[in-house]
Amino acid sequence: MSMRSIPVRELILGGAILVLLALIAGRFPDFVAPGNLANVFNDTAPLIILALGQMVVIMTRCIDLSVAANLALTGMVVAMLNVAVPWLPIPVILAIAVLLGALMGAVNGLLVWKLAIPPIVVTLGTMTIFRGIIFLISDGKWVNSHEMSPAFTGFPRAEIFGLPVLSWTAIAAILVFAVMMARTPLGRSFFAVGGNPHAAVYTGIDVGKTQFLAFVLSGALAGLTGYLWVARYAVAYVDIAGGFELEVVAACVIGGISIAGGVGSVAGAVLGAIFLGVVKNALPVVNISPFWQLAISGSAILIAVAFNARAGRAKGRIILKSAEATS
Amino acid sequence: MNERIAPANTAVVSMDDITKTFPGVKALDRVRLDLYPGQVTALVGENGAGKSTTVKILTGIYKPDGGTIRIDGEAVKFTSPNDASDAGITAIHQETVLFDELSVAENIFIGHAPRTKMGLIDKGAMHRAARTLLEEIGAPFSSHTPLRDLGIASKHLVAIARALSVDARVVIMDEPTAALSHKEIEELYALVETLKAQGKAILFISHKFDEIFRIADRYTVFRDGAFVGDGMIADIDESALVTMMVGRSIDQIFPVRNTDTGEEVLRVEGYAHPTEFADIGFSLKRGEILGFYGLVGAGRSEFMQALFGITRPSAGTCTINGTARTIHSPADAVDAGIVYVPEDRGKQGAIIGLPIFQNITLPSLGRTSRKGFLQLAEEFALAREYSQRLDLRAASLDQDVGNLSGGNQQKVVIAKWLATQPQVIILDEPTKGIDIGSKAAVHEFMAELAAQGLSVIMVSSEIPEVIGMSDRVIVMRDGRIVAEIAGDALTPETLVRHAAGIGETRTLEEA
Repeated sequence: MSMRSIPVRELILGGAILVLLALIAGRFPDFVAPGNLANVFNDTAPLIILALGQMVVIMTRCIDLSVAANLALTGMVVAMLNVAVPWLPIPVILAIAVLLGALMGAVNGLLVWKLAIPPIVVTLGTMTIFRGIIFLISDGKWVNSHEMSPAFTGFPRAEIFGLPVLSWTAIAAILVFAVMMARTPLGRSFFAVGGNPHAAVYTGIDVGKTQFLAFVLSGALAGLTGYLWVARYAVAYVDIAGGFELEVVAACVIGGISIAGGVGSVAGAVLGAIFLGVVKNALPVVNISPFWQLAISGSAILIAVAFNARAGRAKGRIILKSAEATS
Repeated sequence: MNERIAPANTAVVSMDDITKTFPGVKALDRVRLDLYPGQVTALVGENGAGKSTTVKILTGIYKPDGGTIRIDGEAVKFTSPNDASDAGITAIHQETVLFDELSVAENIFIGHAPRTKMGLIDKGAMHRAARTLLEEIGAPFSSHTPLRDLGIASKHLVAIARALSVDARVVIMDEPTAALSHKEIEELYALVETLKAQGKAILFISHKFDEIFRIADRYTVFRDGAFVGDGMIADIDESALVTMMVGRSIDQIFPVRNTDTGEEVLRVEGYAHPTEFADIGFSLKRGEILGFYGLVGAGRSEFMQALFGITRPSAGTCTINGTARTIHSPADAVDAGIVYVPEDRGKQGAIIGLPIFQNITLPSLGRTSRKGFLQLAEEFALAREYSQRLDLRAASLDQDVGNLSGGNQQKVVIAKWLATQPQVIILDEPTKGIDIGSKAAVHEFMAELAAQGLSVIMVSSEIPEVIGMSDRVIVMRDGRIVAEIAGDALTPETLVRHAAGIGETRTLEEA
């Protein structure tokens, strides 16, 4: 956010991550070595990128459950393209992935905007459709690493200044979104549309179009992540990133993006994703069952929502003061 | 119950010296109201006279601060809406509160459905009882019909059946004909006659004089929360009733204005909508305040929304400063120099997630950005300029708007519109629901805007405000302009006559 007063929510979440790291460091100091933290960040990069897209969707009072399916479909398409046309340069692959993802996001956005179907229904439907299309185009077969070109699988792992391209992509996405949210009319309209859609209409903001654009952004990032994901793991099949959409939504909720819309920040979404990334990477290391990981993520969601609900409650009173005398 | 032994001329319900105060507003000041069995009593008064507050007290929603309510001569105290309905008082509201997805019978009996021995809803008994009620009021549909398949008038019948299902002795009808067609209104009158014949006491609230004189037996007039008089309809005529209703001591002082207006700024011609309004045309001059008066449902707000681009008119042209403008969206309207401050506080409200300065600059971002990027310093400067002009009290413009008081939030909203440097500002019910002191401030401010050369369209249902503030008043009825009044002709009587369609205008309508 711009020059707002101290973002309390983000500080608390950042503090929680530091406490978590300190606790882990007590039992397993190597975990907090810079090299390992970089690995954790790299591992969390796809979640961060998707959480940024989901953030703008949730801020406009929508939800995008199709991101993981979008990712998987784009991943499958670029993987098959790579098998068919191995000489296709990576920038072209990237452009195709982003455009294809944006196109799928646009389908969601149009259904929400023009047909006014509730977003949860739209994206639940397209999620299933996208997975179905993967099955149709791949015949249910896997695309394996030996079929992909070295350039294709090498790109996300290539290191620049010691960090893999995958990490740099997440960093670039964070910067672009930070500028967009703070410094562009579109970013401002995401706040307005979610914060008070009626007032936004009277201000001259097209609510439906803004929601559409949020879905396109979310889709484009899902497409981008689709290529990175498939290339990094060097495999594409129908079920990759199955259920990942819920982790993305969880990252946003933990990061203080209000499901009621209009409230959220880039820092919150990123910290929410990192929190989940740290939990996911640390628990196996300290030898705690993965079931605890689910329980911890779930508790974090509930705590975050309870916290945000409390923070929001105090605000309602002022508005209602004179409402009674209206009649 | 001593209903039978009570003579017919004894009131079922009598309210005496009822007083109700809200913060800053005395809504009711020692009013009285009597309702008699088998008679229709019309409660007459302008907006803000205290009619709705009276209904809410009578139905147990509000508790009076003073006075007594007697039922069959015995003083009662309603502590909840349930107490009122146990006492046999039921209300059919302006907007009927029903459930679209349930059947007619379920709507009638929701909350008090007949039960089987097992405690489950006895569907058979419920539908039998519903059928009896529907027959009683002559409703032409089955108790099994889903409510969503019914029109507004039929929904009203369901609401009435629901009122009767609790064995009501007093039925309150709050503007029941506002949304009905002529034929449906006739059916409603027939129903009122049926209820009368059954000995129910009916409180009928309406702004339409023709229907008051057609179906009411008695009248009670309130003005500004005070009792003015009551009596038999047979003993009074329309003009005497209008005088009772609007005749007032001038206790509200409006700012003195220089009414020299400039050249034409806005010209609207032939604006029409398939269902809501037709043939709207007028012109507005620089620095002029043009009032739009009419009853609720006359189509004023609907027309304003079309002028602002929220809905699409089917015909009509809009010319601003001599240039024809096509307005298809609110963004077009803001571009053309028209802004609209809607009636609903929630809709006009500030955007809570954004700090003050961002709320103010939201419609002006085109001017405060360069090459698609926002210039926060310019936004701040713009916000500071307008918040100073409006004397906005805030620790910092970077503060969350949610932490401001209601009045200061309203200033943020107005600053937001002024910052777009509009030609025309539409204020829809600018003082509805605010106390006298704040009203004066709003009026002062409107006069100031007009003095600075802004043209103001003020939609208002409050007669003193319309007369006190407007240079000219356009009266709308049933989606059309019926009169344009200025100068000495601008009196409460003429406004009410035109808006309600009394006298000469009624023949015009029938032609």
